[in-house]
Amino acid sequence: MKRVRGLQCRECGREYPADPIHVCEYCFGPLEVAYDYDAIARLVSRASIAAGPRTLWRYRHLLPIEAEQVVDTHAGFTPLIRAENLGRALGLRNLYVKNDTVNPTFSFKDRPVAMAATKAREFGFDTLACASTGNLAGAVAAAAAKACMRACIFIPADLEPSKIVGASIYGPTVVAVEGTYDDVNRLCSEIADQYAWAFANINMRPYYSEGSKTLAFEVAEQLGWRVPDRVVVPVASGSMFTKIWRGFNELAKVGLVDQARVRMTVAQAEGCAPIVEAFRRHTLSVEPVKPHTIAKSLAIGNPADGYYSLRIVKESGGQAEAATDAEVVEGMRLLARTEGIFAETAGGVTVAVLQKLVEAGKVDRDELVVAYITGNGLKTPEAVAGHLERPLTIPPSFKRFEEQIAAVGLKRQTGAPAATSVA
Amino acid sequence: MSVTVRIPAPLRSVTGGAAAVQVESGSVANILGQLEARYPDIRARLRDPEGQLRRFVNLYVNGEDVRFLQGLETSLKPGDEVSIIPAVAGGQ
Repeated sequence: MKRVRGLQCRECGREYPADPIHVCEYCFGPLEVAYDYDAIARLVSRASIAAGPRTLWRYRHLLPIEAEQVVDTHAGFTPLIRAENLGRALGLRNLYVKNDTVNPTFSFKDRPVAMAATKAREFGFDTLACASTGNLAGAVAAAAAKACMRACIFIPADLEPSKIVGASIYGPTVVAVEGTYDDVNRLCSEIADQYAWAFANINMRPYYSEGSKTLAFEVAEQLGWRVPDRVVVPVASGSMFTKIWRGFNELAKVGLVDQARVRMTVAQAEGCAPIVEAFRRHTLSVEPVKPHTIAKSLAIGNPADGYYSLRIVKESGGQAEAATDAEVVEGMRLLARTEGIFAETAGGVTVAVLQKLVEAGKVDRDELVVAYITGNGLKTPEAVAGHLERPLTIPPSFKRFEEQIAAVGLKRQTGAPAATSVA
Repeated sequence: MSVTVRIPAPLRSVTGGAAAVQVESGSVANILGQLEARYPDIRARLRDPEGQLRRFVNLYVNGEDVRFLQGLETSLKPGDEVSIIPAVAGGQ
């Protein structure tokens, strides 16, 4: 019994074989993998998943992969952390953080790229490519190295230096395009038409995007096979957001969880918030914007999955909110100082938006909330470098140390409970 | 000199395989009209039954999204280039 039925247009429902295509020839709608959920339900159980590898491949029966041999960078199965300190700071009693900063290339992008690289090899491509704001670049370059494929990475020329280094180390061809991410994406669409390359987020997109479902699968399994009351997700194109929703719903379809009632919450940066702006206007029609934000990994002004993301927010009873650059920096500091997790700017967006929603009374303090932290802070150190205390500089003298420390005192931990004294 | 319209792969079945088509200069709406006159099958691909451009059809003039210009009223000079591009999900 085949698990994958083929591809299907999300707009008009037309069906296609599972080929390296991503757009419906008839209506231009995005193609999505269609499964036979009865066949999957017969293959999977909580026990069979528990017996699988401690990577995202433990969910392979719910993924669009036919090949026996996958491109395995050991992505996924990252920690779900009970965030008591951050919860206390925000006023939430039941907060968890999905720490996806600890993936092989330090962002959630290793998940979709595992699918894209495996399918690219299945289809017989020898070159893996992508348009990227940085995280995808590193993930594609690393997976291509592991798969012994060539890689060609297209980035906006003004990308953070640490992200360029974080991709270049794996040996891809890097093309820096003088323009925004949306310019890079448009250019790549035209290149993908002419070159027989596997573009992770273009012709591999139907398979690639499925990898993000594992962010839902893991959270449900790590909570003891239950779906959280609410998730807060940093949103750029909306692809990950829609796939997390799909992931929870698929678990219910194949009987791994009882129900998939989860309030889906969009977090964007105020300087690039086309989805939040549409939500505020009570419309499903997303107007593109020109991004101006320090959260460059979320700087997609023309989000392809914006419309679907808004529908999911509405259907699930969720929210959409945005954070300013200053709030993003504060969010990054707060997460680091309460939970010991250094997230990139997108993580600051998630924390800051959650804080705003709690303060506005839009999140119940007893809800089981999962905040998705999707990329590592060492990718964007320049975002916070100017906002941190300078070291106390002293000569190597015990006396001078005592003088200095007596003068300024040790800093109190942000996340510590008010009643507990800290030595 | 005329205007070049770049045709994406999913639409080439209605342009006889052509990846680029030359039309006379005019507004974006006028250029779509010329395309639809030449390739009648293209209309249903680009527009919904009410005649509105489909949600996933993006139009660019010289690389800029027409929604940042004057939309369908954006006028083109000879030598300009129009690209029809399906919306692509990106990623961080």
